[in-house]
Amino acid sequence: MYSLNDFTLDIKEGEIFGLLGPNGAGKTTLISILCGLVKPTSGSFTIDGLSYAKNADEIKQIIGVVPQEYALYPTLTARENLLYFGSMYGLKGNDLKEKVIDSLDFLGLLKFADKRVETFSGGMKRRVNLIAGILHNPKVLFLDEPTVGVDVHSKNVIIEYLKQLNKSGTTIIYTSHHLSEAQDFCTHIAIVDEGIIYAEGTPRDLIAATANARDLEDVFISLTGNELRDVI
Amino acid sequence: MSVYKEFLLLKRDMGGVVTLFLMPLVLIITVTLIQDNTFKTVTDSKIPILLVDYDKGNVSKTVFDNLQKSNVFSVVTTIDDVPITEAVAKEAVFKGKFQMAIVIPSHLSRDLQLKIDQNVERIVSSLGFSDSLAVKKQIKIVNQKEVKLYFDPAVQLSFKSGVMNSIDKMISQIETKSIYTTFQDQLGEGDTSFEQNSFITFKEIVPRINNKEIIPNSVQHNVPAWTLFAIFFIVIPLSINIVKEKTQGTFIRLRTNPVSSQIVLAGKTLMYLIICMIQFYMMIGVAVFLFPYLGLPALNVQGNLILMSVVALFSGFAAIGFGILLGTVAKTQEQSAPFGATSVIILAAIGGVWVPVFAMPKIMQVIAQSSPMNWGLEAFYDVLLRNASILDLLPELGLLFLFFIVTTTIALLYDKKKRAV
Repeated sequence: MYSLNDFTLDIKEGEIFGLLGPNGAGKTTLISILCGLVKPTSGSFTIDGLSYAKNADEIKQIIGVVPQEYALYPTLTARENLLYFGSMYGLKGNDLKEKVIDSLDFLGLLKFADKRVETFSGGMKRRVNLIAGILHNPKVLFLDEPTVGVDVHSKNVIIEYLKQLNKSGTTIIYTSHHLSEAQDFCTHIAIVDEGIIYAEGTPRDLIAATANARDLEDVFISLTGNELRDVI
Repeated sequence: MSVYKEFLLLKRDMGGVVTLFLMPLVLIITVTLIQDNTFKTVTDSKIPILLVDYDKGNVSKTVFDNLQKSNVFSVVTTIDDVPITEAVAKEAVFKGKFQMAIVIPSHLSRDLQLKIDQNVERIVSSLGFSDSLAVKKQIKIVNQKEVKLYFDPAVQLSFKSGVMNSIDKMISQIETKSIYTTFQDQLGEGDTSFEQNSFITFKEIVPRINNKEIIPNSVQHNVPAWTLFAIFFIVIPLSINIVKEKTQGTFIRLRTNPVSSQIVLAGKTLMYLIICMIQFYMMIGVAVFLFPYLGLPALNVQGNLILMSVVALFSGFAAIGFGILLGTVAKTQEQSAPFGATSVIILAAIGGVWVPVFAMPKIMQVIAQSSPMNWGLEAFYDVLLRNASILDLLPELGLLFLFFIVTTTIALLYDKKKRAV
């Protein structure tokens, strides 16, 4: 379901921007449009001043994408997957090999570098999935539910890694259902529902602006309601 | 790197590797052995046929002797030491216990001779050679005789018509011989023996390479045909490979990274071309070196290997183009695998792998011209059997490459349309 209406968003460089919303709100659609996977029926956008219509190749070089699916070859090892995906961004030789080793090491996977991804747990796959999207040091990183289905240890490692990446200058745009995670992690948040931005601001401002809200979850419920949002 | 990745993916899938390399070899050996024995006159592969002899005369004896001498058939005249009747033969054949039965009617020899006698006498008397004083004999009416043939319904038409032709020829020879003999008797030229051997004979003139005759055998026909068939089966693993990328999510990465689809497809094309060529050389190796140990003639590739490799390469291009298109359009492996398998079989059938194109109905002959397998097969035959040069092969090679270009372009356009930006 492609469902974005009257959607205007300005994400600043260096932000960790969280797109929060119930199922079917339009979060993944927005990420897919920004990554160039879905063509918008109307409207326009630029990334770092570039548009897909004119600068598709340049945009692809500066963005990183971490999809919700494990976008990895299960029969290849973690190292083989990462070397392949890194090479797609022009990385090669020792530079690439070292980057792969450093990233695997940081995310606690170095000793599993030469094991097939199909043998990994969900949390391990998530971490490899993340590395595959950031090997080329993207300026803008899109993450669609990067911590879904992982244990708390994996989640903490992933969030810590993303914070470091952000410190080194990467703008992060991410979607999540974990509101407490988003509250701690994001510098800026947009609460989206039915393709409309209901509220936008820093987590602190959003909580302060909502009556009786103690945390982001209260803000979320207050804006989007209590009813179930199952979509097909 | 794309090629290396494809190599690793294949290496990790041993089932796939076995399918790619071993199954074509099994296919080529099995089919060639079967087809070779169909035409080869080997003593232990004689086909038993039932002969019901109600005639007990010269004709049935000649038919029996000729069939026995043919090296193709063994003649069965009794079952459990009881002479076979027409009813028994009919039941045995229709139930598939025997492939055919021949029923020779009673008095066939006697009536054939009577008929010939009457005809010859009429001719001789019209020429004034008969004794004018002789009292004209009363002409007895001789009814036409029918040799009945029963075939197992499962028997192929080609076998049926082959056997019918040989029996027809056999009967004609008997008739001719009887006519000559009767003339001899009627003319009273006891000492003058007619030359009864055929005046017109046939000689097949076969093409020559380096003054050596190229005599086609089942191997020269089968190996190119089934090699091509195996090469085209690359469509299945290749299309599955592409569909898997879509369903695994890796496609998202491939779409969002700066490398173009053309480069990704080029990597796949190169890897699968290498596989096609390895398949080809393995099959040729088996046909050249292993076939003699299996009692089959070795494939003669002398002086042809380079041109054959070129044909295999271009056939590989065509197969890969088709695989890329199928993998791009199909959404699931359940769509791509069965469609790939059946379409390859259809292309093979249309292309003349099983039934020669010239033996097809007119409309199918026209359709055959559009099958890449037909272009590949013709090119292989041109090289192996018609002593063709690279220039002679250009039309077929051009068509095969054009097929690759067209299918890949359609796949890229389809992908672009599906792509968002």
